[in-house]
Formats: sequence, C-alpha cells, structure tokens
Amino acid sequence: MDRATLFLETFFKPELIVRYLPDILSGMAVTIEIAVLVVVAGIALGLALALVRSLRSRFVNVPILVFVDVARAMPPLVLVLIVYFGLPNVGILLPSYAVLWLVLSLLLAAFAEEIFWAGILSVRQGQWEAARSTGLTYAQTLFHVILPQAVRLTVPPLTNRTIAITKNTALGTVIGVPEILNQATTAESFALNATPLMMGAIAYLVLFVPVVIAGRYLETRFAWRRA
Amino acid sequence: MDALLRQFFNVDIMVQAVPLILRGLGMTLLVCAAVVPLGLAGGLMVALAGRAHSRGVRVLVAFLIDIFRAIPPLVLLIFVHAGLPFAGLRLSPFASVCIAFFLNNSAYYGEIYRAGLDSVGAGQREAARSTGLTAWQAMAYVVIPQAVRNVLPDLVSNTVEVVKLTSLASVVALPEMLYSADMVRSLTYNSSPIVLAGLVYLVLLWPVVRLVSRMEHRLGG
Repeated sequence: MDRATLFLETFFKPELIVRYLPDILSGMAVTIEIAVLVVVAGIALGLALALVRSLRSRFVNVPILVFVDVARAMPPLVLVLIVYFGLPNVGILLPSYAVLWLVLSLLLAAFAEEIFWAGILSVRQGQWEAARSTGLTYAQTLFHVILPQAVRLTVPPLTNRTIAITKNTALGTVIGVPEILNQATTAESFALNATPLMMGAIAYLVLFVPVVIAGRYLETRFAWRRA
Repeated sequence: MDALLRQFFNVDIMVQAVPLILRGLGMTLLVCAAVVPLGLAGGLMVALAGRAHSRGVRVLVAFLIDIFRAIPPLVLLIFVHAGLPFAGLRLSPFASVCIAFFLNNSAYYGEIYRAGLDSVGAGQREAARSTGLTAWQAMAYVVIPQAVRNVLPDLVSNTVEVVKLTSLASVVALPEMLYSADMVRSLTYNSSPIVLAGLVYLVLLWPVVRLVSRMEHRLGG
C-alpha cells in the first residue's frame, strides 16, 4: 500500500465515515446544546455579578472577588472532577451533562464578571455624574448610560473567552457526556482506526471556525475606543 | 455539613495524598517548563510569519491559526496520542502533550504577539532601519521589545491558561498533579485529593491572576 492510500485508510476510511457519521452528528447536537446553555447562563450570571459589584458594597464584593479568583486560577478539569465525583457522595445526584453545564457556566460567569466590571470601570466618571445630574436614578444611569457604553468595550475580550470556555465542552468526555469527542473516542476504540477521531476534529472545525472568524470580525468592528 | 467536609476536606486523606501529589506537581512543573517556552517561541514565529511578504504564507498562517484556535486542546491531544499510533507514530504521553499543546499554544500566543506587533507604529521600524540596522535587527532590538511590553498582560494571562491546560495531560495518563490526585480519589472514593490538587493550583496561580486582573482593569485605557 502506498503512503497516500495508507493515509486515507487511517484517517478517512469511507465505510467508517458512513458508519459513524450518525454518532458524530448526535455528538454535535449535544455539544451545541450544552454550549448554548453555558453561554446564556454564564454571561447572564456574569453580568448580574458585575452589576451587583457596581453597588460597591464590601459585603458582597468580597465573596464575588473570591469566586472570580478561584474560578480563574483552577483548571476546568479539576472542577469538573470535584463536582462529578464529589456531589454523589454527599447525596446530590446530577447527570454528567448537568455537571458539565454547571461548571462551565460558573467559569464563564467568573470571567464575564471581570470583563463586564472592567468595561463598567472604563466608562469615564463624568458620564455617571452627567447622567445623575440630569435627574436619572442610579439604576437608570447604569442601564441607559453606562452599560451601553461598557458592553461595547467588552465585546472582543468576552467573545474570545466565550469561545475558549465553550470549547471546554470536550472535557465532558472524561465524565461520559456523549458529546463529539466522546462519540469519536468510543467509535475509535470499536473501529481500531483513527477515522472517527478525524471526523470529531472536523466536527469541531465545522462548529468553531465560523465562531472564531466571527470573533475576529467583532474584534475589529468593536475595536477598543474609550467611551 | 459534616458529610461535605468529610467528602471534600478530609484532612487524613489529604495528608496521605501529599507525597503523590507533590510528585505530580513536579511533573506538572516539568510539563510547564517544556510547554510554555515552546508556545512562546512558536507564537512569535507564527506572528512573524503572519507578516511575511508572500501572500501565500500569510494566508496559510491565518488558516492554521484559525484551525488550532477552533479545535479544543483536549481533542488535539487525544488525536495526537490515540490517533497517530494508527499511522505508525507512537509517542510517549509527554511527547504527545508537548506536540498538541505546542500547536494549540502557538496559535494563541501568535495572536497576542500579532496584536503587539500591530501596536508598534511603522515609524519605529523605519527609524531603526534608517540608522543602519538590518530588517532583522530592527525587529529584534526595536519592534519586538515594544510589542511584548504592550501585550504583556495578555501574554501573562495566556500563560496562566497554559498552566491550567497541563491538567488535561491526566487524560493521556501522564502522571502530573491531577492524574496523581485522581488516582488517590479512585482508591479512597473521596474527593479531598482533587480538592488538594486544586488548592495547589490556586496557590501557584492566584498571585498571577491577581496581577493580571490589576493590569486588565485598565481596559481600553
């Protein structure tokens, strides 16, 4: 067998592609589902935490800071394993996809909080003062004046972070979430061939290359301009 | 509450796990010592190649960066470790980790350097060239130092990510810290060893995270 055929037989074997395509596609559905839920929950919680922090009460700021720092310093896989193996032993049974969703959402929330907070801080103080002096309440100032300017600044870093954390859905394979990587490695061990792994890698490319390109577009579109 | 403490902060089990976790920590540091410089060097090469005269090279580099940013590092690692043997290339876990993370990290560091190089005005290079420096000298002594300084927070922050990333090596049975901790967990049916490993990561990385956060709070400034 010449090299080219060997390469094709190892990574692109047609009958294996046909046999395992349904598995990989169902893995893609699971990955998309979890990724969307993580993005929604993580960004919502992150924004909520940043808003709470803007009240500048020491009472709530310290717990938020501790949460954010711990989340930023811990490898995601460590948290996944702690939650997945630990909670059942204290009587809380969560299915593995719920564990993955929970951990990734909390991680994204921590990073998003930092980014939103940095965005809020970078809106000049004069904007607050001007808005308040026209008679807007604190909440009105925050929602109608500060946030619209702050959020624009946060788009590029938030997009990058969101992509990085949604790619961590692949960690689900370690705890048996039937996402793309899990489907691919299972198929690989049955087929004794690298084709399913190649299919899995391509599935990620199909999902994430558009997102990466969109992220790059947003980065230039929302280039950091001080509000 | 008591059950929680016994499950997650069992001091007896933690003490038993210490020797193994310390040995794992040694391997984690060794992996970092290989992967961080590889990524920093690869990233710089990627960023410089992205500014090549040849359009073909620039397109190829942009294409590769997008690919390696789109594939989760764990997928890349498992592909290298479990996929390549079918093509006759059997690598040790350590080598697999180095190769997979080199590809992934070079793309990320490369994007950061690119932003840094873009941030240095063209006048700097022109002035350096006009004093008689060669193109490479101007790059190495004038442009790159300023570029690196401009994106230092991002470089540091990405390095934190790289250190955290090394925990994935546990999946291919490289006995780094998380692998060792998980081994004790599976023997004791108790999560405290993983919590201990997590605390070690926290001690290692928390000061750096604080530092990055201080630097980042000047967002858009």
